[in-house]
Amino acid sequence: MNLTRRSFLKISAVAGGGFLLGLYESQVGVAQARGGFAAPPIEPRAFVKIAPDGKVTILAKNPEAGQGVKTMLPMLIAEELDVDWKDVKVELAEGEAKLYGFQFLGGSTSTPMNWDPLRRVGAAWRQMLVTAAADTWGVPASECETSAGRVHHAASGRTLGYGELVAKTASLTLPALDSVKLKDPARYTIIGASRSGVDNRAIVTGRPLFGIDVEPAGVLHAVVVKCPVFGGTVKTANTGEVEKLPGVWKVMVVAGTLTNDTVLPLNPGLEPGVAILAETWWQAQAARASLKVEWSLGPGVKQSSANFEQRANAALKQPFGQVVGAYGNVDAALDGATKVLEAVYSYPFLPHNTLEPQGSTASYKDGKLEIWSTTQDPAAVRRLTARVTGISGPDVTIHMVRAGGAFGRRYVNDTDVEAAWLSKQVGRPVKVTWSREDDMTHDSYRPAGTIGLKAGLDAQGRVVAWREHFVTFGDGKRTILNGGIELHDFPAGYVPAFQLGMSNSIPLSIRTGPLRAPGANGQAFVLQSFLDELAFAAGRDPLDLQLELLSRVPAAGFNFQPHNPFGSTDPERLRGVLETVAEMSDWRKRGKEQGRGMGIAAVFYHGSYFAEVAEVSVDAQSRITVRQIWAAGDMGSPVINPREAENQAFGGIIDGLSQMDQEITLANGVVQQENFDKQPLMRMSQTPKIEVRFCKTEFPPSGLGEPMLPPVIPAVTNAVFAATGRRIRTLPLRRSGFSFA
Amino acid sequence: MAITVKVNQQLHTLDVPGDTPLLWVLRDVLGLKGTKYGCGIAMCGACTVHVNGQAVRSCITPVSSVEKAEITTIEGLAETEIHPVQQAWEEMDVPQCGYCQAGQIMTASALLAKTAQPTEAEINVAMSGNLCRCGTYPRIREAVHRAAELLSAKGGGL
Ligand code: FES
Ligand code: FES
Repeated sequence: MNLTRRSFLKISAVAGGGFLLGLYESQVGVAQARGGFAAPPIEPRAFVKIAPDGKVTILAKNPEAGQGVKTMLPMLIAEELDVDWKDVKVELAEGEAKLYGFQFLGGSTSTPMNWDPLRRVGAAWRQMLVTAAADTWGVPASECETSAGRVHHAASGRTLGYGELVAKTASLTLPALDSVKLKDPARYTIIGASRSGVDNRAIVTGRPLFGIDVEPAGVLHAVVVKCPVFGGTVKTANTGEVEKLPGVWKVMVVAGTLTNDTVLPLNPGLEPGVAILAETWWQAQAARASLKVEWSLGPGVKQSSANFEQRANAALKQPFGQVVGAYGNVDAALDGATKVLEAVYSYPFLPHNTLEPQGSTASYKDGKLEIWSTTQDPAAVRRLTARVTGISGPDVTIHMVRAGGAFGRRYVNDTDVEAAWLSKQVGRPVKVTWSREDDMTHDSYRPAGTIGLKAGLDAQGRVVAWREHFVTFGDGKRTILNGGIELHDFPAGYVPAFQLGMSNSIPLSIRTGPLRAPGANGQAFVLQSFLDELAFAAGRDPLDLQLELLSRVPAAGFNFQPHNPFGSTDPERLRGVLETVAEMSDWRKRGKEQGRGMGIAAVFYHGSYFAEVAEVSVDAQSRITVRQIWAAGDMGSPVINPREAENQAFGGIIDGLSQMDQEITLANGVVQQENFDKQPLMRMSQTPKIEVRFCKTEFPPSGLGEPMLPPVIPAVTNAVFAATGRRIRTLPLRRSGFSFA
Repeated sequence: MAITVKVNQQLHTLDVPGDTPLLWVLRDVLGLKGTKYGCGIAMCGACTVHVNGQAVRSCITPVSSVEKAEITTIEGLAETEIHPVQQAWEEMDVPQCGYCQAGQIMTASALLAKTAQPTEAEINVAMSGNLCRCGTYPRIREAVHRAAELLSAKGGGL
């Protein structure tokens, strides 16, 4: 896991169009990347509090939005600390990089980045407590052992609880993290045993827990009405009239600090609009009906989805805007091919739709600012709110609050900025809660993409050439955020001649950003479907075609780093999950039946490997029932919290299925889908049976927030082809004439 | 305009417009934050409460329409420390983000009160109005079955 700064940036620069690069360029990220993943600048003492009665409080350093880290990260510390899990209480840490290092939800990084250091935090504490006991007894520390929150000295039969020793540790130095000895995994009692979510009791009994539940005394509720065309500004508004409505406390025009550009950053600044502040949220929301605003519309007013499609198709007829990567002679290989296939694929903009809409609470008082945030990136909240309030450093406290879903949306800290700015303006605590309509129409969308493909097969049905033209949005030089393409995605490197080009000249004026499994959530559909097309054209089993490609020696210069958590594909591990899923699903024995079929797909993503098989049936009205999904994952070992890991796998798979019939479209710059009536998320009755198996390889554990998502989409579309002979090349499903039953 | 509502056995007299959605009365006037806002148009189920034992979407229920009713929210579901449905949710480790789960539990408990041993089809019908953005559906299904078991062991009835 030694990722050097250089290789890190090199990888980051291509990953998801520079998304990771952008993130790690943040102050903390740079420090982090310099030191490598294994040595975050953390203050280990801050993570553990031991009370005199032996109760242990462990702080979870990363934001929790349903990915389970509030349970999993403390398990790592508790294991090495040698305490009983039932004596552990968990709290979310504050957003404070000086104490907790890199605090971040994203990139499936929580496991790979914390697996080593947090176990060391636990071990260092344990060693310090042993020293305290040995000093008390006047015996060598080497004669002492620990279990369940106590230190024992076997020879004398003496024992002391951690609670009895903690006072003494105040004068001791915590051992350096790289000096401590870690447990033999065979002795694990917490890691590898399922622990249910630490917040479950509060969740099932409805205790206040989420961002939307925060309510400091004297709080004002706010909605911020924004221009339907992103970035538009207020010309006039009847603020005085609205202010007279019951409960409404203040109505103010927000000039904002937004800089409109063809390529918007993740956090472009305070968006203009009209803020309505009231005693209750409903009063603020209801007052919108009386608000009349004349807008100066945003720059995207001429942008419509239909134009995008035309421009993308036109771009495909032109040469590449730029070559992303190439090797071999593709033209010659295509000329010499027995069969040549061509296809154009496309996928839409997508919203995040966290079930808890965006919101934040801030309290400005006497030059100090407190924020209760559901952010994925607390360091960014600090930076961004400082820009609009002028308050920074120790004058800012960031409370991380459990989020009702994140999926990449909460890197965009727009509501934190709004709440902080508003609180400073009005001198009272302000809670901003977006309506669902605000949330869906002012998202940072997963970028749409169009990919033209051409590939050749030889007489034996082997792929001999691959040309890929990716059309995205930008100004011809810069690409929109997350609108890039990954150079090293399979089958790149494994086909003998390869070209990947990009054209990025379609202007876009809405925000884009990462959505769970950025890049791959759209592109894996394309790559894994086209491989399936090639297999069919060659008369080969798609599994065999993939296994055979993976047995080839990858092209030199394609940055082949087998075991690097953020590097290129390790063919052995990808083969491993493919073979496992084939066995789980009886792939080789699948039948042939009209209207019913199976499809297979595999992806390497964020350090982990997933292969999935879908079985579908399709009725005469082209309605798809997904009957079953089999998933085999390799994210190393151990699997820290197995049942929670399975939850994540289920969730990512259902998320992927759910994405298949969603879209965001624009008409004259206005987002056309505002609420769940127009955005069909997958429901219980549509959910297939899902079987998950983790292949425990000897690699250190990697992440599980995202890698299971991308393969399920092509697994289903390939299954639909097997069932019907009709190839889905355009998502959402309805644009290919299909729907979910 | 004074309106009286009975929530979790307690009477409250409120000064709110009659068309205020029950959801916002619960959250912002009575301070019961367990009931969640997700869509405001009866499409997600996050705001589900019981009105006279029926699962109802509080986001589209004007408070004036429930003046005489028995309203139960997630906070008032358990008669003892924890309701069997809540217990089943814990045992099965259902929540991911957890935001939808109060609504899921209210819908499931209303279903089980009427149908002690629901079939898969009955579960699908009852639960499909509740979205879970995190995809906890397989676990919810297990938990509904487990709750049915716990309730029948208790001698049925809620
Ligand atoms: S908030 Fe009531 S159904 Fe969504
Ligand atoms: S657990 Fe997150 S929405 Fe259901």
